[in-house]
Amino acid sequence: DIRLLCACTCLGGDERRVDSRTIYVGHRSGSPNEAIIPPKFCDNRIVSSKYTVWNFLPKNLFEQFRRIANFYFLIIFLVQVRTVDTPTSPVTSGLPLFFVITVTAIKQGYEDWLRHKADNEVNKYPVTVLEDGRRIRKESEKIKVGDVVEVEEDETFPCDLILLQSSRDDDTCFVTTASLDGESNHKVRCTALLDLESLNATIECEQPQPDLYKFVGRMHIYTNNQEPAVRSLGPENLLLKGATLKNTQKICGVAVYTGMETKMALNYQGKSQKRSAVEKSINAFLLVYLCILVSKALVCTTLKYVWQSKPGQDEPWYNEKTQREKDTNLVSMFTDFLSFMVLFNFIIPVSMYVTVEMQKFLGSFFITWDKDFFDPEIKEGALVNTSDLNEELGQVEYVFTDKTGTLTQNNMEFIECCIDGFQYKYRDASSELDGFCVTDGPVNKLQQKAGREREELFLRALCLCHTVQVKESTEQKVVPPPEEQRGFIASSPDEVALVKGAMRYGFTFLGLESKTMKILNRNNDVEMYELLHVLNFDPVRRRMSVIVRSRSGDTLLFCKGADSSIFPRVRQEEVERIRMHVERNATEGYRTLCVAYKHLSAEEYAQADKGLREARLALQDREEKLMAVYNQVETGMSLIGATAVEDRLQEEAAETMEALQGAGIKIWVLTGDKMETAKSTCYACRLFQRNTELLELTVRTLEDGGRRREERLHELLIEYHKKAVLNLNLFLCSCCRSWSSANQDYGFIIDGATLSMVLNTSSESNSSRYKNLFLQICQNCTTVLCCRMAPLQKAQIVKMVKNSKGSPITLSIGDGANDVSMILEAHVGIGIKGKEGRQAVRNSDYAIPKLKHLKKLLLAHGHLYYVRIAHLVQYFFYKNLCFILPQFLYQFFCGYSQQPLYDAAYLTMYNICFTSMPILAYSLLEQHICIEILLDNATLYREIAKNAMLRWGPFLYWTLLGVFHGLLFFFGVRYLFSNPALQDNGQVFGNWSYGTIVFTVLVFTVTLKLALDTRHWTWINHFVIWGSLAFYVFFSFFWGGIIWPFLRQQRLYFVFANMLSSVSAWLVIILLILLSLLPEILLVVFRKPRGPHARQVELKHTYTA
Amino acid sequence: MMASSYNAKDEDGHITVSGPGGGTLRSKKPENTAFKQQRLPAWQPILTAGTVLPAFFIIGLIFIPIGIGLYVTSNNIKEFEVTLYDMSGPHQNPFRNCNNVFMYYGLSNFYQNHRRYVKSRDDSQLNGDLESLMKPSKECEPYAYHENKPIAPCGAIANSMFNDTLELFYNDPNGTKIQIPMTATGIAWWTDKHVKFRNPTDNANLTAVFQGTTKPVNWRRPVYELDTDPQNNGFINEDFIVWMRTAALPTFRKLYRIIPKKNSMVPTLLRGNYTLEVVYNYPVRSFEGRKRMILSTISWMGGKNPFLGIAYITVGSVCFFLGVVLLIIHHKYGNRNNSADIAN
Repeated sequence: DIRLLCACTCLGGDERRVDSRTIYVGHRSGSPNEAIIPPKFCDNRIVSSKYTVWNFLPKNLFEQFRRIANFYFLIIFLVQVRTVDTPTSPVTSGLPLFFVITVTAIKQGYEDWLRHKADNEVNKYPVTVLEDGRRIRKESEKIKVGDVVEVEEDETFPCDLILLQSSRDDDTCFVTTASLDGESNHKVRCTALLDLESLNATIECEQPQPDLYKFVGRMHIYTNNQEPAVRSLGPENLLLKGATLKNTQKICGVAVYTGMETKMALNYQGKSQKRSAVEKSINAFLLVYLCILVSKALVCTTLKYVWQSKPGQDEPWYNEKTQREKDTNLVSMFTDFLSFMVLFNFIIPVSMYVTVEMQKFLGSFFITWDKDFFDPEIKEGALVNTSDLNEELGQVEYVFTDKTGTLTQNNMEFIECCIDGFQYKYRDASSELDGFCVTDGPVNKLQQKAGREREELFLRALCLCHTVQVKESTEQKVVPPPEEQRGFIASSPDEVALVKGAMRYGFTFLGLESKTMKILNRNNDVEMYELLHVLNFDPVRRRMSVIVRSRSGDTLLFCKGADSSIFPRVRQEEVERIRMHVERNATEGYRTLCVAYKHLSAEEYAQADKGLREARLALQDREEKLMAVYNQVETGMSLIGATAVEDRLQEEAAETMEALQGAGIKIWVLTGDKMETAKSTCYACRLFQRNTELLELTVRTLEDGGRRREERLHELLIEYHKKAVLNLNLFLCSCCRSWSSANQDYGFIIDGATLSMVLNTSSESNSSRYKNLFLQICQNCTTVLCCRMAPLQKAQIVKMVKNSKGSPITLSIGDGANDVSMILEAHVGIGIKGKEGRQAVRNSDYAIPKLKHLKKLLLAHGHLYYVRIAHLVQYFFYKNLCFILPQFLYQFFCGYSQQPLYDAAYLTMYNICFTSMPILAYSLLEQHICIEILLDNATLYREIAKNAMLRWGPFLYWTLLGVFHGLLFFFGVRYLFSNPALQDNGQVFGNWSYGTIVFTVLVFTVTLKLALDTRHWTWINHFVIWGSLAFYVFFSFFWGGIIWPFLRQQRLYFVFANMLSSVSAWLVIILLILLSLLPEILLVVFRKPRGPHARQVELKHTYTA
Repeated sequence: MMASSYNAKDEDGHITVSGPGGGTLRSKKPENTAFKQQRLPAWQPILTAGTVLPAFFIIGLIFIPIGIGLYVTSNNIKEFEVTLYDMSGPHQNPFRNCNNVFMYYGLSNFYQNHRRYVKSRDDSQLNGDLESLMKPSKECEPYAYHENKPIAPCGAIANSMFNDTLELFYNDPNGTKIQIPMTATGIAWWTDKHVKFRNPTDNANLTAVFQGTTKPVNWRRPVYELDTDPQNNGFINEDFIVWMRTAALPTFRKLYRIIPKKNSMVPTLLRGNYTLEVVYNYPVRSFEGRKRMILSTISWMGGKNPFLGIAYITVGSVCFFLGVVLLIIHHKYGNRNNSADIAN
């Protein structure tokens, strides 16, 4: 029964989908008698775009109207369209809304078009697919799971492939995954099988998952009616989409994951949207204004009915209602309310969102344009991945920085080593050609050097125990290149430094060829070692090993790793000799590694070999099994020596850190490195000063007391809390003045293990308490150092601080893949375009080439962006308040009839034409303090800390200013109109003249108010400010100069010109503008001197005094 | 008013780095233009007490004379106001000058600025559009049609046009009443009269033009009988145009007539008693309104309004006073302030 069979297999397929998938290589069925039912997988299209041509309009509109402000305006618009009796035509609010929606749609459409272009580039890329022995060119997007794909050198893989065949003799190929995880080294991938022609195989592998380094699969190979052979597949067989083929002419692979199921695509998702604190402020203000709006409408509606209740008011003989109006009397209360809402709706600035968005978008260009961020080494400048957070850069309170590659250059240099307790310091290659030079060695003076045998063993270990590759020169030269210029590629710069260090002492690593490592020893002989196994490095074990077999047949295991992970695995008597060196080196800020070795007897090796192979074949818990075997093998070693590698500080790292601290930013160093190394880096960066009192909370201090760790932790936390928090408070009380000079600085040090104890204490009650204590201590320390952190712990710490009281703005800066989690977690994530590749950069919000650029990014750009946008937001609310307040007040004089004060054209144009450009120009160009001064005086950054310009205080000030202006405009003109005969020919002005005078005063006042706030007048500012005013005058003449055929009422016909012919109107306009601005000018006198140079003057005073 | 410093920061100005062969490099390296580096030359005004203080004095010194001028002017304007009831009586003439005297009528508690009222008009009909004449806009409802005939001019504003007649008589000491001649033109905006308001055709025979329309319900005469002068009849009747310019506030005045000056020697209105005769048509009781008649002279600043003068004098003196106070504060405490800053 075929149908039944189908159903069964389908079911089976479904079941399999849960944990694994089956792939028919080349779409050929595994066993000949089994028909394939091709399982459905997604195609190989990468879709990062949001819209298509067809769904752009509805989808984009839907997304836009999900925004509360846009939705509000849509409702207002619909109310105007639906209700016949609205005070203003739907155009007045429809047009700005349309404008805003269009601009946003264009921006988003453009961004999506760019994504489409990028997608197409990937999707339409031609690839070669082998079908039944023929090579067919296809577009990349047409690849299906099971296709056999051919890839040539330097091409990127179009999807996740299992390597089947390589053009290299040793059945390997090299790939670089720089674009995926940033590791720029060449990695080896092994083929799964050789014979492609008569291939008949299925692959069973796990369902797609985002971990780049995990893959478990199994291949069944069917050969003529025999039992299928099974091969295990692991990450070493998998070629990831996005990686590039290197050093290999071509390979064939079978597609296992395609399109959105590739590991690259799975990793690409999940980047959360970050929202800035300013946006939260805007929303809060918006709510206040909404309340004002609703209460205004309510007041007017109520008063209208109170007023109407008097006989003869509602419907005097001269102003009768139509029959329809009389009929709808019942619902009129509600429609009246809606009408007032419509009338006052302009109080919510419709164009603010679009202006803010434009400001952010355009403003972010200044970061990419900044030539100070250009690094000549990598020939790149800063990169802005999101423009939404510009102003957040001016609000940073906590900086979380990685150490390696961020504070330090990640440019390792071999400094010294120690062999059997004797120190070998390398002085200068040219002066001491023959190698070792011993300085200030250990106390043992009888023997200055370790035995030559030990030396050579140590150097061999350095040469063999690594995963470094020799860079192959393109023109296969026979002559090896000169020694010093030999290029090495490795995932970790430490390894290169060690290999190069060994080279200086006469042992040169020549390369790895078909499992044989070649070494040029001191006597210029080539030694060959067969590489049997590599026990990979991982951050948990913190060590790596190789098992090699020498020519003489000895099997050796070399292991190198962190002292903490090596010392327990070697004989204890050896440890003491070397521990001293390691500790001294660590305090000097060097990165130390210990080297150990072990002879493996034949049985031992056989056992280890078997264990390793078995573990590697396992489909389940492969990691754990491997780990167990590794741990089993790496025991009973003997310690040979230790190395010290210096990681130099980044350029101006100390100055940058000092500036940031001066700016009131607390700096936390989060590193995976050792405490001693990290501490010395902190001292070098001047994060810890000489007088800084260090509060240590590490495993070591916990074990000091000899008691249970939990008790000790409790004790220490309380003690430190007393010290740092309570004392400080006391201190602050006793002497408020000049506290900064006498204040004791505290530095806090914690390590990963202790941190997890603090955060995950066994007892529930303590856990929150410890966390609180810990936070309070940390917040009172200038610098916090967290060492031995796992990437996830870094994010945990950021999250903890982020969610602490006052929700401070956090910034994470890092360069490596291990910093991604904290970059994503922090409010602002900054990636450094460092040596460890691009992963951090890709996940960051901003990327800069060097740490030193952080200073300008925060102190200058961040400060300016914050001031600009804060002013922009406040100004927008202010200008709309004093725009609509006169209209509200007018209701008291027109019988609450929703009569607009201004003409519809003015209502429409006010926000989009008359007053929008000056504030946009201001918000892009303003430098209330010069960039140079901002950089020189980090303390200026403190002035805007904690959202200083967008708190309720300043908001209240601006609101009151708006109210004051609105009242002034309305009543000033009202008293003028107590006699409306304002022209010298005795003619009178009507209501539209009234509105036009108010509006003229309004436009001039808000524009001049901005002019008064502008501290940095470029020609653009001049142009837009005076241009806007001129445009207003021109437009008013134009609008009132013609009988417009499409208008039902020629309300403004010659109103503006007539207004200007009246001297009184001129005088009242001048008076009101001046009177409105007077308090502003008055404030200047009481304030400290402002302006870009005033600061300098003030500072000079300070110096001279 | 403000001290300023002109800061030209662009040593390298607008020069773009574009060396030969630097093509690939330039694409990535940010351009060194003044704009992109945020180094546009800029004027950076410094507002300090020292620079702002003179501004106060200057404002004071300018505003106080203007204010005094305005106040004096306003005070010199003679205004005579009488509330109109159903009676007229003799009044003393306060005017002694030789200029034009303007007669206004005032209404209070009359909401000409009510939204339903303001929009109840058809400007294209008033502009002489024949189609609108016969089909008045919906906005005019319920004053658009009467007995199935279109109303011309339609709408509530036109319908409620002020239709009292005010006439002024000089009570000659010998007992006779001499009517004061008054002109009814020149009371509306020129542009209104000549552009915005037009009769449907320039045909002299307005009666024919308005054939098929009906007069507003409250009117006694049709629109083409508002005046005998063809240049002041129909839609371009100036009384009508003045009424159609809706007032800003519920208490308002509108220009009614101009009493032209005789010559520069003789006062426009002779000393003596006058009688105002009112033909009372316009009902205001129903909405508790009041009617007034105002006789007023006009100056360069318009009608009598002490507000501007007082406001200018107040603002000017406040500025001046503030200037003095601030100067004292600045001089006495300025230095101490500075030292306080330094301590911080």
